[in-house]
Amino acid sequence: MLIFKLILIVSILLLSLLIAMYSTLFERKIAGFFQDRFGPDRAGPGGIFQPLADGLKLFFKEEFMPAKADKFLYILGPSLTMLVALLTSAIIPWGPGITFKGTHYYFQVADINIGVLYSFAVVSVGVYGIMIGGWASNNKFSLLGAIRASSQMISYELTMGLSIIAIVMMTGSLSLKDIVTAQHGFNWNIWYQPLGFLIFLTCAYAECNRSPFDLPECETELIGGYHTEYSSMKLGFYLFAEYINMFISSAMISTLYFGGYNFPFMDSPALSVNAVGIIGTFVLFLKIGFFGFLYMWIRWTLPRFRYDQLMNLGWKKLIPVAVINMILTGLGIMIFK
Amino acid sequence: MIPLTNRSKTVSNKKMTFAERLYLPGIVSGMFITLKHFFRKKTTIKYPEKKREFAEIYRGRHVLKRDDEGRERCTACGLCALACPAEAITMVAEERKPGEEHLYREEKYAKIYEIDMLRCIFCGLCEEACPKEAIFLTKETVISGFHRDVFIYGKDRLVESADPDKRIDITKRLTPEVIEFKKDKKQRHNRK
Repeated sequence: MLIFKLILIVSILLLSLLIAMYSTLFERKIAGFFQDRFGPDRAGPGGIFQPLADGLKLFFKEEFMPAKADKFLYILGPSLTMLVALLTSAIIPWGPGITFKGTHYYFQVADINIGVLYSFAVVSVGVYGIMIGGWASNNKFSLLGAIRASSQMISYELTMGLSIIAIVMMTGSLSLKDIVTAQHGFNWNIWYQPLGFLIFLTCAYAECNRSPFDLPECETELIGGYHTEYSSMKLGFYLFAEYINMFISSAMISTLYFGGYNFPFMDSPALSVNAVGIIGTFVLFLKIGFFGFLYMWIRWTLPRFRYDQLMNLGWKKLIPVAVINMILTGLGIMIFK
Repeated sequence: MIPLTNRSKTVSNKKMTFAERLYLPGIVSGMFITLKHFFRKKTTIKYPEKKREFAEIYRGRHVLKRDDEGRERCTACGLCALACPAEAITMVAEERKPGEEHLYREEKYAKIYEIDMLRCIFCGLCEEACPKEAIFLTKETVISGFHRDVFIYGKDRLVESADPDKRIDITKRLTPEVIEFKKDKKQRHNRK
């Protein structure tokens, strides 16, 4: 079992790195397609080797550190961001698992009974990476970006929590495994929680600092925000972490609202346990792919919010709506169960 | 206030409707607009493999024409240099020696004829000014270089080859006006 977990951890780590790498290519490709262009298509067939070229370029760039920067914090910033981005993947159930020589292997690194809380804790630590990075750079733009990031992430985390509470109320468990198994087949949470889903989605975008909430790093005002002073692989870590965050949050959205690895007709007798296991994982990645695409789709459609609009939306609109959603869910549970 | 143009719009500060304040319908319709572009034909031209066609009457780098017998048409009258708004053309005239009739069409020719391609604005006025139909603009572009001197084109690069197969076709540049002008009896000497 230990060996299996090790294999799982390593493969998830490599997979998320690989996916993050190729997300950069897809992002640029998709951006191009949305703007009637082709996007990068020179490195290898169809631009397949573009991420390698980009990574190589970042490695060979000068490692610049501002003279007055706090050296320790300056390095800690991107490392922390990267670490936190990878941590959440531990609790996501990646598939219904396969049975091999009589033992059933469930594709989840750690089924902790406070899974949702754990993910929240980790995401909250994520803000420190940005804050520390922006502070250590000793640059006004970086600091402004960091301040924006911290206040934005803290405000939206609250709403995110409120929208998830509805799910927890329905399932009666904080474990992600329980939440997924409760959505067996086509009994997905989205059918009961459409409003909660919308709130969660909005908050996820704000948490990932993605457009239309990418105020911490907006190029036009802050010249990159918290990563203005970063170069070489440290900048690479920040950018990479953003894509890993996108990947993980897509996985979380799929798990919480779209049934994770569950798919219709998974109970049909034609499918063996192992077949369901493999198809389930595949289906989960299909869902993740769709949400990844949605991230990019929205980025290349919507303009950035103004800062006061962002705060108004978070505090004055989403939180009341989330609370109402919670109350409605409670009423529904009381009446129907 | 008197409007300066008839394009001014009155701005209203009306309150947004509920649907507008919700943003969602707007976001969804916006997403469908971008999705439409996603599947649209791309406007990119993949450059090194595919080159954009130039117009037939494109005004690129110049050529100094020869006549049908391979003699240089230019007589170094200086009208092109005079017409040039960018003052890109310089020339030194020389008298034709006996025995050089097969090289130069008129009794006078340009010993040095230089165009500074960095000054040239490719307006085509030199072509228009030329009474001998000696200078024309072509479809070719001026290739880039690392030093300024490479952009000063002398006769070695401007005069077309005497080889009949390597002549540069400028018939496309002959607009109806030019053809009409050529019918003038006074221009008969230019026919060939």
